[in-house]
Amino acid sequence: MEKNNARGFLYLIPAFLFLGAFLIYPLIDVFVYSFEEGYNFASQTYFGVGTYNYSYVLHDPYFLQAVKNTLILVIITVPVSTGLALLLSVALSSIKPLQDLFQTIYFLPYVTNTLAVGLVFMILFKKTAYSDGLVNLLIHAFGGSSVDFIDGPYWAKMFVLCFYTVWVVMPFKILILTSALSSVNPMYYHAARVDGTSRLRIFTKITLPMISPMLFYLVITGFIGAFKAYSDAVALFGVNLNAAGMNTIVGYVYDMLYGNSGGYPSYASAAAILLFIIVLTITCINLLVSKKHVTY
Amino acid sequence: MKITLEHLTKKFPGRGRKNPTEVIAVDDFDFEIPDGRLVGLLGPSGCGKSTTLNLICGLLKPTSGKIFFGEDDVTDLAPEHRGVGLVFQNYALYPHLTVRQNIQFPLENLKGADKLSKQEMADRVLEAAGLVQIEALLDRKPGELSGGQQQRVAIARALVKMPRVLLLDEPLSNLDARLRLQTREEIRRIQKQTGITTIFVTHDQDEAMSISDLIVVMKDGVVQQIGKPQEVYDNPVNLFVAKFLGTPPINLFSGRVKDEMLYLGEDQVLSVKDAPDGEVYVGIRPEGFLLREDGAMHCQLVRPEVMGRDVSIVSTHEASENPTIRSIIQAENHVDPEASHVQFDLRPRKVFLFSKTDEKRIPFRIEE
Repeated sequence: MEKNNARGFLYLIPAFLFLGAFLIYPLIDVFVYSFEEGYNFASQTYFGVGTYNYSYVLHDPYFLQAVKNTLILVIITVPVSTGLALLLSVALSSIKPLQDLFQTIYFLPYVTNTLAVGLVFMILFKKTAYSDGLVNLLIHAFGGSSVDFIDGPYWAKMFVLCFYTVWVVMPFKILILTSALSSVNPMYYHAARVDGTSRLRIFTKITLPMISPMLFYLVITGFIGAFKAYSDAVALFGVNLNAAGMNTIVGYVYDMLYGNSGGYPSYASAAAILLFIIVLTITCINLLVSKKHVTY
Repeated sequence: MKITLEHLTKKFPGRGRKNPTEVIAVDDFDFEIPDGRLVGLLGPSGCGKSTTLNLICGLLKPTSGKIFFGEDDVTDLAPEHRGVGLVFQNYALYPHLTVRQNIQFPLENLKGADKLSKQEMADRVLEAAGLVQIEALLDRKPGELSGGQQQRVAIARALVKMPRVLLLDEPLSNLDARLRLQTREEIRRIQKQTGITTIFVTHDQDEAMSISDLIVVMKDGVVQQIGKPQEVYDNPVNLFVAKFLGTPPINLFSGRVKDEMLYLGEDQVLSVKDAPDGEVYVGIRPEGFLLREDGAMHCQLVRPEVMGRDVSIVSTHEASENPTIRSIIQAENHVDPEASHVQFDLRPRKVFLFSKTDEKRIPFRIEE
């Protein structure tokens, strides 16, 4: 047993080394940078140590806008995408003919490039000198006046961003949920049917509890994924997200490092650590809630 | 509740190019199950017994034929309106609910006039739990119970809504040997106590023989024989039924009848009056052998096996269809393990002749 233990650790060493070099060490490093004021990559120098970076970031209106955007995105897209995915998966699992075909179609967005999808959304929503975009044509058809979704009012832009995010994350959730649904042993449904259980009750009392572990997995990864949103916003609104007012926290970190206003690794680190704290807190809350409700 | 099956047939369509032929799972099942009896549906796997059960409970629709509960035609009724309780082979207890919630589940489905108050539900749950003696386990989850306890919970859940018919699908197959004996007594007791017409499916003839009032032996969707267990055992209608019933299984020989005498190889073993001449299969129950020094049947001894009450003699014979013959004789008869051969006489009532062409029983008159 002792010998096996030693050997077990030996096998783990490569993984530990990689994790340490590429995950743990950078994490600690970012933490250190976030307290070093005015750190400079090139000269490896800084002025002093303290919490000034955090104070700056927390008072930066761009950062506050990014936090607001990210929170709105998270709060809207996670429940909506998970709920819609659940509905679609249930529908997909209950149809018999061409089920595989439909599942493939619903999974296609997952293998499509984010930026390509962004382009399609631009065509759908963008207002140019030549065209109002497909969505605006529809709005016209129903008697509304056109809205500029890409350069217009904040809520129009936020709507497009949320719509886009939901659309992009859905395939993976549908994939997970359809497989979770098909892993529920049909004998439970048979038993419930013989006992005269209504379809709604079968869904809420049997199906939902049975797939609850997968559902919570999706909610947790959904939260984390939405907090880390960046490329979606870029795909829709271009790289100058601050100007568009649609920046996200990760976008802010990127801008601080490499953007036009970039070259501030200390601020970027502080913002990254703040994001880490937010995600960690939300995940912990999620796990606590799921412990109560994922009963088996 | 009397159950009548009228020409019940279930065909499954062929699936795709690979299996184009349709499968006839149940073929023209015609039978009336008297009220308050325990009936065992018996057969090897794939014989259509589970399909029959699913037809009775309504999870499957018959291709043709009718099902009556009492005088009501329930053929087109959905399972929830038939008033059946079904116990699944793997129990199908909801793993996320406690035993109490599991048993209560069918009651919570009742609507309208049948709706029960909380107190009534609690009473009914306790009553059902008491019947199968699991009152102490009500607040546990199914995962924390042994197989036998889960089985009882499943039966309680099926009984709690007071079904007209109780159906059990392979109720004992997931239990170990000792628990199986105990649980089958339990099922018998519960059935007697409640008086509910009960049908259970099994591939284990021991199980079916021991507790059923009636057994139905099936093969390839076709009912072979229906009757009281002992009658079916003593008078099998064909070779299949004879082979399927009985442990140890029946010994099978290839023999011939000539001038109303039965020959096994060179041995002239039994007088079979009225049997026509020709080649036949001969089935002899293990208890049909009588150890005699001048017995008519000459066998090479392999070994005697002493099993307390009985002695089982393993031997070989040239006409045997199986590698060895197993005969059970009383322990007082001493067999010398060193002997090279043994001789038997046969009990005529334990010997069955079957046609070599259609495997049907060939009757013969026993000389008293």
